[in-house]
Amino acid sequence: MNNINLHKNNTNSYKVNFEDERVDGADKVTGKAKYAAEYNLPNMAYAVFVTSTIAKGTIKNIDTAKALASPGVLDVIYYANCPSVPGYLTNAAERPKNVFEWRGHKVLYDNQVRFFGQPIALIVADSLENANAAIRLVRAEYESQAFETNFDKVRKDPTKLKGTVAYKRGTENAFKTAAAFIEAEYTIPAEVHLPMELFATIAFWEGEDKVTLYDKTQGPKSTQSTVVRTFGLPEKNVRVIAENVGGGFGSGLRSWANVPAALIAAKKLNRPVKLVLTRPQMFSLVGYRPQSWQKIGIGADASGRFVGITHEAISGTSRYEDFREGIVNVSKFLYACDNVDTKYSMLPLDVSTPVWMRGPGEATGSYGLEAAIDELSYQLKMDPIALRLKNFTTVNPENKLPFSDINLKDCYAYGQEKIGWKNRPTVPGTLKENGWLIGYGMANGVFGAGKGSASVRALLNKEGKLTLECAVSDMGPGTTTSMTKIAAAAMQMPIEKIKFKLGDSDLPPGPSQGGSGTTSTVGSAVDLACTTLKQNIIKLAIQYAPAFANLKSEALEVKNEMVLVIADPNIKIAIVDVLQLTPDKQIDLTIASSGKTAEQLKFTSNSFSSHYVKVAVNPKDGTIKILQVVTTGDAGKIISPKTARSQMIGGVVGGIGMALTEQLEMDHVSGQIINASFGAYHVPLHSQIPPTDVWFVDKPDVNMNSIGAKGIGEIALIGFAAAVANAVYNATGKRVRDLPITPAKLGFKS
Amino acid sequence: MNPCQFDGARRGFFKKSAAVAALYLTPSVLVKTFAADTVVPMPIAKEKLKFILNGKPVALEIDARTTMLNLLREQIGYTGTKKGCEMGQCGACTIHVNGKRLKSCTQLALNHQNNQITTIEGLAKGDQLHPMQAAFLKNDAFQCGYCTSGQIMSAVACVREGKATSRASIQAYMDTNICRCGAYQNIVDAIVEVAKSGAKI
Repeated sequence: MNNINLHKNNTNSYKVNFEDERVDGADKVTGKAKYAAEYNLPNMAYAVFVTSTIAKGTIKNIDTAKALASPGVLDVIYYANCPSVPGYLTNAAERPKNVFEWRGHKVLYDNQVRFFGQPIALIVADSLENANAAIRLVRAEYESQAFETNFDKVRKDPTKLKGTVAYKRGTENAFKTAAAFIEAEYTIPAEVHLPMELFATIAFWEGEDKVTLYDKTQGPKSTQSTVVRTFGLPEKNVRVIAENVGGGFGSGLRSWANVPAALIAAKKLNRPVKLVLTRPQMFSLVGYRPQSWQKIGIGADASGRFVGITHEAISGTSRYEDFREGIVNVSKFLYACDNVDTKYSMLPLDVSTPVWMRGPGEATGSYGLEAAIDELSYQLKMDPIALRLKNFTTVNPENKLPFSDINLKDCYAYGQEKIGWKNRPTVPGTLKENGWLIGYGMANGVFGAGKGSASVRALLNKEGKLTLECAVSDMGPGTTTSMTKIAAAAMQMPIEKIKFKLGDSDLPPGPSQGGSGTTSTVGSAVDLACTTLKQNIIKLAIQYAPAFANLKSEALEVKNEMVLVIADPNIKIAIVDVLQLTPDKQIDLTIASSGKTAEQLKFTSNSFSSHYVKVAVNPKDGTIKILQVVTTGDAGKIISPKTARSQMIGGVVGGIGMALTEQLEMDHVSGQIINASFGAYHVPLHSQIPPTDVWFVDKPDVNMNSIGAKGIGEIALIGFAAAVANAVYNATGKRVRDLPITPAKLGFKS
Repeated sequence: MNPCQFDGARRGFFKKSAAVAALYLTPSVLVKTFAADTVVPMPIAKEKLKFILNGKPVALEIDARTTMLNLLREQIGYTGTKKGCEMGQCGACTIHVNGKRLKSCTQLALNHQNNQITTIEGLAKGDQLHPMQAAFLKNDAFQCGYCTSGQIMSAVACVREGKATSRASIQAYMDTNICRCGAYQNIVDAIVEVAKSGAKI
């Protein structure tokens, strides 16, 4: 155990076991970790949104007089008095150079209402209580227009669809020629990310064109870039701080109305402004997983070999912005199949814009594909795992490149052993335990494993302590911990002497945390920074340490905080002693790590998962209980086993919500969301979570990157809902193709 | 001179304000809306509040409408207690009042005159983590950390109230606290560990 002070402004030093626990964990269990809304600046004002009570139309007038007369209210900002934001101008010729048009809804900009709950005014007051009290005093008069929010109703009209993209290899609809085939439709309602932390922005203009934001974002650089480009500011004058991020699941991958609104108010009032969304606003203002419809046809010959897959999908978007999902992509490459055709379209509705939600389109598509394969297995009277093995491929059939590594077979072996697959009834609805129907189900997940560019600064000080910096964020997976572990392994030095700093756009540029790419991208950059640092240490040893003067750098290595001669490890010098001999007494370097090398691009890289579920269904009322879960991940080397396991069990919990409880519900008469609270939109709770066994292949993918690690954030969830659906079918013999699966959909009256 | 002018946007700003005046601020509309309810809230008098916060007496004057959660976070600067919904549904704001757990977002602060309030900041003793905090760390019972304060406050109450007798009873007690990252299994592991250790909490 190491006794380390983790707190900048705190004299307490808590004991953290760095080898085994999150390096920033003590901050989180003591309440010291600060999130976006938790900074109090001098003279700060509080802002709250007033939102629309119609789905579509024109605001004829907003009466702000009473709100303005209310105690403590400083301003009510709306379209008529909102300062012009350069990036709000639609006409490119009018926009100043280097200013780009704001993507999506321009908050407080015009008198148009595009969705129910859209912010139409911003109240700014000297206290939160005074701001909240004024909300009901703002009255808007509207001229309503006809609107459409009903996805199910409109999707059947092909003229309403847009952005259709089709793909074909081999013969279209070949599945229909197969010995056995199924064709079925699968639907998923809109689901909402709902991170526990509310979206919040504190904006503070330090000068005419200089601003600092505390923002809930998955990408400090991305938010910085959005602000720079929208407000026409110099990049060095915009600082975005996101020290801790209380969950995101994709919702923090872009800037929403809270960012420009806080900036506008802070500028107009010339004082810092804090704007925190409410929980109901979290349902309509910061994205969601769009509602979707899929039709899958899949056929196989008598041996189980796939003859054809046809996958069609539609997902919702807003009327004012396109949002596309990769729903049909998985069908193109996870299994060997010569004939694949897909079609994807968007359906614009009078709702707010969706955004990537954990696993994004792949989670949606895998639910359909993996459920369809399960259905086919019953037609073929074949074990679903055997059917997947029959169509296993080590070469991606879409781009014909070999997978850099694929170990799904190991996942199958572990998963079926641990879940007790041998007890699975081959005839559904025939196994009972304690009066409950029992079923087993499995499904796979897959997600692309990328590697992007990132820069990392490494500062090795004269005490031999190493600080690494990168402007990435950590929304919960434990990035600080994994990056510290990568550095400790590369430097072969004690982990407690390393500090990894993130969450600040002033640090060297790094990616947004998303798409399961952080460990690969930033981890590779950390590894490169450490390799460069070791080379520099060796160079300095040769230059300044007399004992090493005549040696070649290849003859030396850095290990255990020493430089030593490989051939004779007795000849060594401590790194701190080397630094003492140098003029700078420290090493400060910044490296830039780029995307995949030409060698790495000869492969196609993915992370894979395979989930196993045992469910019980009460034959009297249809209550569904998940009894046991085994989840397996094939994602290269696992850098930080404890936090990786936590990510996987988190994916299972998210998957249980997707399968059994989560559904955004709309009233299509008014166009409003009617379950915008935790009381009405049901995310999984403690008592719904079964014992979950997590297993990783944990084998470095040497063709992927220098650290051999791939991401797990998405694969933890992708495919899980299908595993539950397949288990429920195995238990009951009833196939529900519309999530969430409820007792009512199983045919029980509530 | 408008204080809110952004560099380079002058043209757009003037153009827009002219259009707005012409289109929307027509007198008829103004008359119509101003005829509605004319009641404007009166200034709220400050009220005196005294209570014990993490063992130390606190005396202040507050707006009567202030919730205990907003008082802690916005005025006292104890941001360890989290705001997740302000409807008493998520449990992120759980604190202890006279030893019992309570959701601070639904509590008017003025209702807590002379009460003993404990927040997450009051659990550790000096540099010694509370056993539940140490167990959360060891079992990795969180990811993003935002629900963690509330989970820990509920978890301490769970063990104190003798509800940590089985995994099922812990889960039932802890259903008041949502974790969207899904650390539930590890949270229960941490509670089981503390309950089994018999540590005085």
